[in-house]
Formats: sequence, structure tokens, C-alpha cells
Amino acid sequence: MALRAYRSSSSRRRIPRRSGLTSPWAPLWQLFQRFGPPRWSAYVRDHWIGKPLVTLVPMTWLVLFFLVPFIIVFGISFSQSVLAIPPYEPLWSWVDDKVLALRLHLGNYNYLFTDTLYISSYLYSVKVAAVSTLLCLLLGYPMAYGIARSTPTVRNLFLMLVILPFWTSFLLRVYAWIGLLKNNGVINNVLMSLGIIHEPITMMQTDFAVYIGIVYSYLPFMILPLFSNLEKHDRTLLEAAADLGSRPWKAFMRITLPLSIPGIVAGSLLVFIPAVGEYVIPSLLGRTDQLMIGRVLSDEFFANRDWPVASAVAIAMLILLVVPIVIFQRYQNRELAHK
Amino acid sequence: MAEQRTKTPEPWLDPHAEAYIRVENVTKRFGNFVAVNNVSLRVYKGEIFCLLGGSGCGKTTLLRMLAGFEPPSSGALFIDGQNMADIPPYERPVNMMFQSYALFPHMTVAGNVAFGLEQERIARPEINRRVAEILDIVKLGEYAKRKPHQLSGGQRQRVALARSLVKRPKLLLLDEPLGALDRKLREHTQFELISIQERLGVTFVVVTHDQEEAMTLASRVGVMNHGEIVQVGTPRQIYEFPATRFVADFIGSVNLFEGQLSEDEPDHVRVRCEELPAPVYVDHGLSAPPLALCWVAIRPEKLTLGRERPVGTDNWAHGVIRDIAYMGDMSVFMVRLDAGREVRVTQANRTRKPEEQFSWDEPVYLSWDASSPVIGLG
Repeated sequence: MALRAYRSSSSRRRIPRRSGLTSPWAPLWQLFQRFGPPRWSAYVRDHWIGKPLVTLVPMTWLVLFFLVPFIIVFGISFSQSVLAIPPYEPLWSWVDDKVLALRLHLGNYNYLFTDTLYISSYLYSVKVAAVSTLLCLLLGYPMAYGIARSTPTVRNLFLMLVILPFWTSFLLRVYAWIGLLKNNGVINNVLMSLGIIHEPITMMQTDFAVYIGIVYSYLPFMILPLFSNLEKHDRTLLEAAADLGSRPWKAFMRITLPLSIPGIVAGSLLVFIPAVGEYVIPSLLGRTDQLMIGRVLSDEFFANRDWPVASAVAIAMLILLVVPIVIFQRYQNRELAHK
Repeated sequence: MAEQRTKTPEPWLDPHAEAYIRVENVTKRFGNFVAVNNVSLRVYKGEIFCLLGGSGCGKTTLLRMLAGFEPPSSGALFIDGQNMADIPPYERPVNMMFQSYALFPHMTVAGNVAFGLEQERIARPEINRRVAEILDIVKLGEYAKRKPHQLSGGQRQRVALARSLVKRPKLLLLDEPLGALDRKLREHTQFELISIQERLGVTFVVVTHDQEEAMTLASRVGVMNHGEIVQVGTPRQIYEFPATRFVADFIGSVNLFEGQLSEDEPDHVRVRCEELPAPVYVDHGLSAPPLALCWVAIRPEKLTLGRERPVGTDNWAHGVIRDIAYMGDMSVFMVRLDAGREVRVTQANRTRKPEEQFSWDEPVYLSWDASSPVIGLG
């Protein structure tokens, strides 16, 4: 009972004044309520440790695994490559043991613009990511719509089927596509034995193979946010549209599509952002004459051992990706403000 | 419109009148469940017809069939003489106001109201003019640019009404139109609805579970139970002459007694009820088999309380007042009869003199007029 006497600061004000006037013990009681032993939950709530305690966990995570590495990479991008371990010049050095000198080389960023390899890789990556995102949207929207409209049992089955490929390693699934797409692979063999084609179609090492790989791998990331948006739609809105004289297709364009924009944006970003930096799929399935930026980055780090240029590539890519994220965040905030 | 009303105030009594809506033997099944069971109905132009019933009685399903959202399992629906069987909702001359209002959340008030007009080939200026006009009627002119989530419940309800009226439908279907409003706003809106209906000359079919709402709005009420229409009539007919025991019990409050016919003449019947000391005398015949079991329903306001035993041998009872609820204009008395049964009596408070008031535990006599009881078989 004594433990329960503690009241939070907000409810303390609500103690009826009447009791203070009628009972001679009221002042003592109020003192006890004010200074009695606290319950720990109320204590945490009323004091400064409450909110920080909750946010501390994600904050620590982000600082340790995002901010610190980012600062290190950012620092290396201003350094110069040397033959040493680690293979870059430290940014700071002591001059005559008295002056701390900080040397920043902007040459790495400048270099990205002098060699066409980098710019063309960036542009190619953005193009591949954009086309793949569009393909995912075109494929994923009807699927998400169908799943959202199906009966609960069928819906759960479909959702499980969408997630099922994740049980197998991503790398293995991409390798499986090689077996399907290569010149003496499953698809060519079947088509040739049926007599539809006489020469194998070259599908490996083409843009086509990269699109297949990316769309196949990232489709669930498009379907799931779209599904969770479409599932919440109120179906009476479509009935209302039909009632007001709108044909089903027009009702879809005027009601369902605009209301699903948050889902489209979320799904597109979940596909676009990893697709830009994709390394495995273009390396295994893609062209050899045109690299994507993820491959360039990894070659720069591991083959070339030029950490400063590799860091500059990474920072440039990050900036390239931050722009759509910021757009998304602003859009989401606007949506939240509406609710 | 008002003039037309006085000419033919009761088109359902005119055998030559053309029904605007004809529902013919319509049945709707969902799996094994029969939601609407062999319903036939006629609604005339300019009526406010209320479908009244408890939840799950099939009233909303019937409304959705009129709007075209559900096809009937069997039977036919005619609107303005046209069979609606193969006509999709977007081609019907009908608009509906949804229970949840179903406003488009991403559009402004004006956008919502304009939506229906945009589906037809109407020029922009004409659309804008009609939207402004209807928003004025529902008194929402200055809210045109707001989004639905920025409005109160009552305002949303008016947007929904404006949206369903702007296409000038011949028939407006309303699904629990006032369900979400508080009492005062409700009463206000009820009268507003009636005046809009009279001004625009639209036929209304209203679904409601609230009998008070049905009584105030309706020209006629159709009482539904278990997918069937049990009685169709004016509010007065339904209240004073309920056709079945269910209707008597569902509309308003009533005291129901079971009994047996003891006399059945062309001009009167007498019923013996175990719970009443005297027989019930009703001033009309029933033409039922002798000694048939029947029910007798007496409305609380048709009972009279008295301290002296009424003259005559019929239509009285004796009991003790168990409870009194003073409601200002009237009082509700719960009287326990000598047979143990509790009876509800309401009396208008005609005087302010305290000595004439009945009080707790006072023995009283109940009496009623021979025209008051409603009697039915079964």
C-alpha cells in the first residue's frame, strides 16, 4: 500500500482540494504522497531517464554500426593511397612534434569525374535500378492487389509463398538462374528440343539477365509494402465510386491507385536503393563490358587496393541514394501529418 | 412538391398508382444463410420508406441489392419499371449514402461531391456550379477545400449526403444515415433530411434499426425480421395496429399477455388471461376457432391508474406500484399485478398537486378502453 502511494507529478495536481480542508491529516498525507517511496515505473516515467532509455538502444546501434564506419570511410576518402597496412596515408600527422597537420586530398573525388568508368557505372547502375524497380512495380502491384483481395486462408498461403524463397540463400538462387539462362541451360535446351529455336539464345551476360535477377530477388520487397497498404483499403470506397457512376477501371485509377501511393513509394525505395549498389547479381549474370557501381567499388577495394578512391566511390553512391530517401521521408511525414 | 403531396398523400392506397420500386419475391442467400427471404415490396415516388429491424434482419442486404452491390439469389427488382437484373451499380439511377459515409480520404469536400458529376460528360463550370449549389443546401459552402479528416462527424455526414444528392438521383438509399450522430444533431438532421427530400422530390429508402428515427422520417415503415418483411404501414398503423406479436414488441414498449378466447362475436371478443383478474374485452371481432390461444398487447400510455375499482366486469387489473420514474412531462410506473406479473404504465403529469400523485407501494387499479388492446392469434 505504501508503495502505491507515490503519484506521478501529473496526477499529483489532481488531488481534490476538499480532502485538504476536511481532514486534519491531509497535509501529512499530501507530504507522504509527495515524498513517499516511489514505484520504479512511475519513477522512470517522471524522470529524465524514461525516454532516453528507450531511444538508447537504436541510437547505440546506429552510432556503432553506421555513424562510426561512415566517419572512417568518409575520412579515408580524403586520404591518399600508399603501400602500407592499412593502405592509406593517415589524415593527421605531427610536424616537428608540435603542430598537428590535417591533410585532406580532394583528388579522389576529382578522379571520379576524370575517369569515365565511374560516371558511366553510376549512370548504368541508376538505369538498371530504375528499370528493375519499374518492372517490380508492374509485376508486384497486381500480385499484391490479388493477395489483398483474396480470402484470409488463401492470403496467408500466398504471403508465405512470397516469403518462401528467403529460406534459400540468395546466392544459390542467383546461381540457379545461371543454370536456367546459360547457352546450354534449361531454357535453351527445352526450346531447342521443341524445335522452336535452332541456335541457343544468348541470355547470360546481358542486361536482360540482370533485370531477371534483380526483379526475381527483390520482388517480395515490392509486394509486401504494397500488400500491407492495399489490405487496409476500405472496400466501401470502391462501392461508393461505383454508386456514383464510376466504372471499375476508372474507380481503380481515381481511388485505389492514389490511396496506394505510400505503398508504391515504400516498395520502390526498398527495391531501388539496394538495386543501385547490387554487386552479386550483375557480377554473376551481367555484362562484362559495363560494370555496375557496386562491382567498381569492390574491385577498387580488393583488386586495386585503392582504399581512398573506393571510399570516395562509396560516399558518392551514398549521396546518390540519400536523395531518394530524403524525398521518401518528406513524403511520409506529410502522410503522417494527415492522420 | 408539397402540393403534389396533398393531392395524393397516400399513393399506396390507390390501386392504379404506379410503384417506383417493385421488389418481387426477392431472396438472397449467403451460403446456407438466408439473409432476405422472399420479400415483395412496393415503394412510390416521393416516399420516405424506412426499412426497420434489428441487426442481421436483412435490411441492409435488401438496400445493397437495390444499389446493385449484391445480386438477388432469386426474384426481381424493378426501379421505374426497369428490371435491374443485369444493370451494374454504376449504371443505376440510384445513389446511396453509406453508413460509414465512405468519403474519399484523399479528396477535398468539393472533390468528393464533384466525383459523381465527373463520371458523366459534364463541363467543368457546370460541375463547379452544381457542387457549390449542393454544398450550400447542406450548409458546407465554406468547407469545400477541407479534407474529410478535418471535419466533424456531422459535417462528414452532410458531405456524404451532398455527394449522393448532387447527381439528382430519382432514388436515394440511406444506410443508417444518422447512426453516428449525437441525439441533438440527429433530431436536427432528421428534419433537415425531410425538408431536403421535399425540396428535391427524391424518393428515399432508409435503413435503420432506430424505431424513433423510422417514425419521424418515414411516410411508411417496413418492419423486417429474420429476412422477412413482417409488416408495412404508416408509422401510426405500425404502432397502433401491429400485425404480429414481434412488431408489437419491437416498436415502442408494450405489455403482452397470453390468453385464451372465451367469446368471439362479430362485434367483440373476450379473452381470459391467467395473469389478469378480469377478462379482456376488445371491441372488434376476430373470427378465430373457439378457445384459440392468443396474445393481447396493451401500450403503457393506454392504461389508466386509479385508486377505486373501475365499474364493469372487464378490462381491469389490480396491483402494487413497485417503481416510479419521473420524467417531467410524464411518469413511468412499474406495477406488480397480484398474479406477480410486472406491467409498465405511463401517465401524463397533468397536475402539479402532490396529493394526487401515486407513490411507491401504493395499491392501484389499472383499467383501459375496449379499443386499446391489440389482439392476435398464436
